[in-house]
Amino acid sequence: MRHSTFFWFVLPTASAMVLFIAFPIISVLVQSVHAPHPAVLVEVETCTPLVGCTVETTMDQDATKAIREAEPLGRFIGLEIFFDRGHLAVKEVGEIIRNSNSFNEAFSKLSNLPFYRALAFTLTFTFIVTPFVIIFGFLIAITVNAISSHLKGLVIFFSLLPFVVTQLIGALVLFWMIDSRGILGSAVQWLASDPNLSLKASTGVMWVSLIIYGIWHAAPFAFVIFYAGLQTLPQDQIEAAKIDGASRYQQTKYIIIPHLFPLITFVALIQLMDNFRVFEPIVGFNASAHAQSLSWFIFNDLGGETRQLSSAAASSVLTIIGVSILLFPVLFRTWRDFRERT
Amino acid sequence: MAVKLEKRPTSLKVLIYAFIVIWLIVAAFPFIWTVWGSFKVELDFFSISDWTNALTGERTKAEYGRPFTTTGYEGAWIENHFWRNSLNTFIICFFVVCTSLTIGTLGGYALSRSSYQYTFWLLVIALIFRAMPPITLVAGYMLPFFEWNIWGILPTTIVVLVAINQPFTLWMLHSFFQNIPKELDESAKVDGCTQFEAFRFVIIPAMWPGVITTGLFSFLLAYNDFAVTSMLLAENNRTMVPAIAAFLGTTYTEGNIMFAVAAVVSTTIPLFLLVMFFQKQIVSGLTAGAVKG
Repeated sequence: MRHSTFFWFVLPTASAMVLFIAFPIISVLVQSVHAPHPAVLVEVETCTPLVGCTVETTMDQDATKAIREAEPLGRFIGLEIFFDRGHLAVKEVGEIIRNSNSFNEAFSKLSNLPFYRALAFTLTFTFIVTPFVIIFGFLIAITVNAISSHLKGLVIFFSLLPFVVTQLIGALVLFWMIDSRGILGSAVQWLASDPNLSLKASTGVMWVSLIIYGIWHAAPFAFVIFYAGLQTLPQDQIEAAKIDGASRYQQTKYIIIPHLFPLITFVALIQLMDNFRVFEPIVGFNASAHAQSLSWFIFNDLGGETRQLSSAAASSVLTIIGVSILLFPVLFRTWRDFRERT
Repeated sequence: MAVKLEKRPTSLKVLIYAFIVIWLIVAAFPFIWTVWGSFKVELDFFSISDWTNALTGERTKAEYGRPFTTTGYEGAWIENHFWRNSLNTFIICFFVVCTSLTIGTLGGYALSRSSYQYTFWLLVIALIFRAMPPITLVAGYMLPFFEWNIWGILPTTIVVLVAINQPFTLWMLHSFFQNIPKELDESAKVDGCTQFEAFRFVIIPAMWPGVITTGLFSFLLAYNDFAVTSMLLAENNRTMVPAIAAFLGTTYTEGNIMFAVAAVVSTTIPLFLLVMFFQKQIVSGLTAGAVKG
């Protein structure tokens, strides 16, 4: 295909991506180093006879409005927002490192800082959910592959539901069950014979529930991919292994898993990207008192009465850096493979 | 596979079926439970005293004389105008699917037919874009959209969702087009067609299975989105998912949480039907990406 033809074919989709994905990334970068103009203050001297003169400082509403409208981006402040208490908290972290006696103490102090708390949850969620999704997806795939073919369609239908349904809805449906007044919540209270055990009261329980939600939501995705991979198993190799007396476990370990390996990397890549942006379950579980993720952190700044755009922009930049670090190994490998091929 | 099945010992078979039954309960029971509970009053569905109330509907009987009630649905759809939210959702989904398929097929087709190196880099860039959490992009939209006065309306959200959808659409359509033999459009070009005519008369008739599958996923993305729609739409233009979130904000205090339950069930029904009718396409779509990627 000639360059010019290619250009015209790709133009609409490329311009959509440049305008609404690449530019916003730049826009976020620019916003993160700007802050809204502070209120314009004027000093008014009021003199009354006998009392004397007093100088009062008041806010000049009109001038403030004018300058904020003229420069909606605000003034340039450099990396100030990145280093403040709500983000990287450089000063506080320095103090914690200097004043803490043990690693645990420093860690618990760090987790009081909002950004590090969100980062800790996001990373924990990502790195626990991803492997469990792969394991459960694999288990479901090999069992579904083994059942009678009349049942397969029905099983796949129900299995797809947690993945296809809106994340917020899936989270709510689970939350309503494990809430202390829901059916599972009451069951757990009854089993533990502790009437006060509740999701809303315990950070640990909340984290575990969110992680269970994450696995429940994404396991069907891994299942479908692995199930498709199982349909293309090299039958001759399996036959050969059987003749050589390989057990089921050995067949799985030496033939099935290596065969599925490219799919496992694919699922891991997609899951790392998707779990890093975990957000809806925190809204659905009403979990923000116990668990915040980076995406929720940005959402919280953007919403509400005071839209803190600069703060949200700084968190976004940090999140994008996080995504890049996560993606880097994959991209590096792709680039190396590509160079070897050409 | 059938040969293998016969050789399995009974204990393994029992284990397999037990596992499948447990998984089915885990996957489907929450939805069945919520559908059942949506026809009860709050004190039955969220029972403090006795969980069997949710099954028998004691309170619902006491209040309405029968164990089922549609007050939750009436409250959501009539009192709180949930129909308007669902109308917005379907407008957004319709335009997002049409637009992203139109520009996506053009792009995906070109990427599958060009043999230059830059196609590889374009796909890698699309992958990087796919990795960006949508909420970080939303943070970038807010200020310009406020400035240009296009915040809060449906067309803006449609365009944004189309763009966020593109990386995935491109990857998927690219792999579908690669399965359509190049000889088809090559021979059309030999017969004197331009590239676009070859696309229009030879490829378009052959591409529908792939396009339908990709369209399903575009639909799901637009339908299920929460981060973009909740931030970029004004209150009177809300779609269903942010409307449910808004129900929660108010209903935790008012005690009409059943509106939210009814709204959740109503929103799930179209998805349920979608999976029922398009199960094959969804499965093949998910795997098409994997086999290529």
